[in-house]
Amino acid sequence: MIAALFFYLFAGLCVASAFMVIASKNPVHSVLYLILAFVNAAGLFVMIGAEFLAMILIVVYVGAVAVLFLFVVMMLDVDFAELKQGALQYLPIGLLIGGIFIAELLLVVGAWVIGPGVPQAIVAPIPTGISNTEAIGLVLYTKYVYFFQAAGMILLVAMIGAIVLTLRHKERVRRQSIAEQVARTPAMSIEVVKVRTGQGLGSNSFGSNP
Amino acid sequence: MAEIFFSYIWPVIIMVAQSLLLLVILLVAIAYVLLADRKIWAAVQMRRGPNVVGPWGLFQSFADLIKFVLKEPVIPSGSNKGVFLLAPLVTCVLALAAWAVIPVNVGWAIADINVGVLYIFAISSLMVYGIIMAGWASNSKYAFLAAVRSAAQMVSYEVSIGFVIITVLLCAGSLNLTAIVNAQDTKYGALGWYWLPLFPMFIVFFISALAETNRPPFDLVEAESELVAGFMVEYGSSPYMMFMLGEYVAIVTMCAMATIMFLGGWLSPLPFAPFTWIPGVVWFSLKVLFMFFMFAMVKAIVPRYRYDQLMRLGWKVFLPLSLAMVAIVAGVLQYGGLAAGAVK
Repeated sequence: MIAALFFYLFAGLCVASAFMVIASKNPVHSVLYLILAFVNAAGLFVMIGAEFLAMILIVVYVGAVAVLFLFVVMMLDVDFAELKQGALQYLPIGLLIGGIFIAELLLVVGAWVIGPGVPQAIVAPIPTGISNTEAIGLVLYTKYVYFFQAAGMILLVAMIGAIVLTLRHKERVRRQSIAEQVARTPAMSIEVVKVRTGQGLGSNSFGSNP
Repeated sequence: MAEIFFSYIWPVIIMVAQSLLLLVILLVAIAYVLLADRKIWAAVQMRRGPNVVGPWGLFQSFADLIKFVLKEPVIPSGSNKGVFLLAPLVTCVLALAAWAVIPVNVGWAIADINVGVLYIFAISSLMVYGIIMAGWASNSKYAFLAAVRSAAQMVSYEVSIGFVIITVLLCAGSLNLTAIVNAQDTKYGALGWYWLPLFPMFIVFFISALAETNRPPFDLVEAESELVAGFMVEYGSSPYMMFMLGEYVAIVTMCAMATIMFLGGWLSPLPFAPFTWIPGVVWFSLKVLFMFFMFAMVKAIVPRYRYDQLMRLGWKVFLPLSLAMVAIVAGVLQYGGLAAGAVK
């Protein structure tokens, strides 16, 4: 009974906040609703006993991806009144694209086939006495190790691409070289000078004294 | 009726009672931790610190509490009111929520879940939202700059904290906090805890925890010489108090994490008779207080970092170091035959 109660709570909030993502006028509010939807989805994961996935969802999507997302949205200075003006004009094409998406979704769901490997997997379920973190690890690093590595490679390429696109070495910018600073000795940076009264420093390494 | 009562309502009552008890103890502890912070800071600078309210200033935090609650909350007219008021709530609630899984003694946790470490990690990665929301909703340049800084800082240091946690998990072979403490229960006492075998990681965790909780010397989020009071600049009275409360609870949570992962949780440092009679919760509290003392000393002694130095430390020093340690620890465990768990 309590499980059902929490399921409807999480599911209802998830759907409602997902709706508010597209319905709210302020884009920052949209992102905040998106985060709420993520958190509720994590709650649903916990309900089906996939607590590892739930936590990873929060750490990765809410803790990292959505933060950057929120940043971009906060930085953008978009005039929404202007954007809304042409909304009616684009309504037919929007409806058309939405219709295509719904048709595709229906096609995908209609042609749903259970994978050939799944019945065996159901016959040999997760052995008891193993937490689902271990269970995921046992499959991920053995059976699906090539896919896992491929995903890693794709992410690496994306990361390098982003760095290459944004890295600029500006000329004439002073940079701090920590190694150089640490390697400095007193002999390199301090000069002890005996100054006679009334004569000043004269023209030594400290520059000429006019 | 009786069946419904005993199977549904009674457990809920017990859970609520446990949570309330933990909350009350935690909040009173936070009040004194806050006072201790100020006292230690004062002692380092040869001042007295708060010493007027109550004997030795012991009631200072409660006086502050009453002051904050009775003040008038001011909401700037240009602010986004809902988000503005939600931000301190988010900070405070998330910080307190982390304590649901922290075991202070054998079995003394509200929820002893399988993925306890990940839960705390997730909660601490959510803490940044309180700051970002406050910075954005305040509609002030100082607050917004602070929010931008804080998000970059917290995301950076989370990465190295994550790797440090992974080294500990590799050694303990579990994500459960109780299991991590039990894995440190050897016959060597304090020498068997993970601070010694994973020593560089303990230091990395400590410094990253300082940065993650925006403590000095990494308090660039609220650097008063540059940003007035950072993201809290528009806040006063109760909302401000909730930020402060959330911040200190997060600090104590980080101390508790360090205690559990590196200092053996509730275990006695000397594993023989007179010391093992002392209840575990006492050892746990002592270790958390020791960690907090270190936090407070760092605040009093170390000058503030510059922002580019902070980023360099996080990305160019801690990240490669902790990543290398993950590989080294995994290699040693695998080829030294020390790996925990069934997979050999």
